[in-house]
Amino acid sequence: MIENQNTHEAHAHSYGIYILVWLGLLALTVVTVTVAGLNFGALTVGTALLIASVKSFLVLKIFMHLNVEQKVFKVFVGVALLFIVISFALLFADYSFLRV
Amino acid sequence: MSDIQSAVPAQHVHRDDVGSRMGVWLFLFTELILFGGMFFLYSVYRFMNQDAFHLAAKELNTLIGTFNTAILLTSSLTIALSIVAIRNDNKKLSIFLQLITLVLAFGFLVNKFFEWSAKFQHGIYPGSELLLAKEKGEILFFGLYYVMTGLHGLHVIIGMCVIGWITVYTIKGKINKDSFVKLEGAGLYWHLVDIIWIFLFPLFYLIT
Repeated sequence: MIENQNTHEAHAHSYGIYILVWLGLLALTVVTVTVAGLNFGALTVGTALLIASVKSFLVLKIFMHLNVEQKVFKVFVGVALLFIVISFALLFADYSFLRV
Repeated sequence: MSDIQSAVPAQHVHRDDVGSRMGVWLFLFTELILFGGMFFLYSVYRFMNQDAFHLAAKELNTLIGTFNTAILLTSSLTIALSIVAIRNDNKKLSIFLQLITLVLAFGFLVNKFFEWSAKFQHGIYPGSELLLAKEKGEILFFGLYYVMTGLHGLHVIIGMCVIGWITVYTIKGKINKDSFVKLEGAGLYWHLVDIIWIFLFPLFYLIT
């Protein structure tokens, strides 16, 4: 096996997991639309973002192959997401206490 | 192995598939910065104009948004399956799934076209008198709506071009069971477009 190159393995690759994830994503879409109809008050945005995050996690892990990718990919994605979270935290640390 | 094949000297091909995929991921991070900035803007404006955002979002068609979400999720599935197909040396199925992805992407844009047309007919478009007469928060909402879904739509168009180009490569046999990193790269880009929509959808269509 040549390092760092895609090679063709003898065993067949399975379609099943992708279809399963797709069904999960559609189900979560139904959940997020249904939940939006209910009134959770301040929790509504949080619920919507939580469901969107779960959906993104599934896409990243299975569709984008992070589950089988080398560790460095996971670290890179983790760092990128961490900086987005930090930026949002700093942004709202500021705006939450803004008096206009 | 036949004698003819073994007589051919082993070709030395410079190829680094892991490096290629990392290159695509690094590009995706720049996309994250592009859309991330807009999500920052959205979050602050929404935080400061909560009632106006709720009011303005009522104008959006939740049904068409949900439908487009399903379309985009399905297109993500078909492009992922096309990679599995090519790895299983099923060229025809891989091409078929790539074409289905293109059809779904086109369907998404057609829906978007009708959605925007309806808004335009109702007099809601950037700079329209009706929109400018509204409250500041509602103007901001529609400004963000047009810029963010517009930029996303542009990414769908670019994604279609990339996948179309990849499909030609697959038909020509340049993408095959031993060399499919270009298809993987196109897939990664397409999944990112999907992820962005996963967040755009609840933030614009599901504020009630």
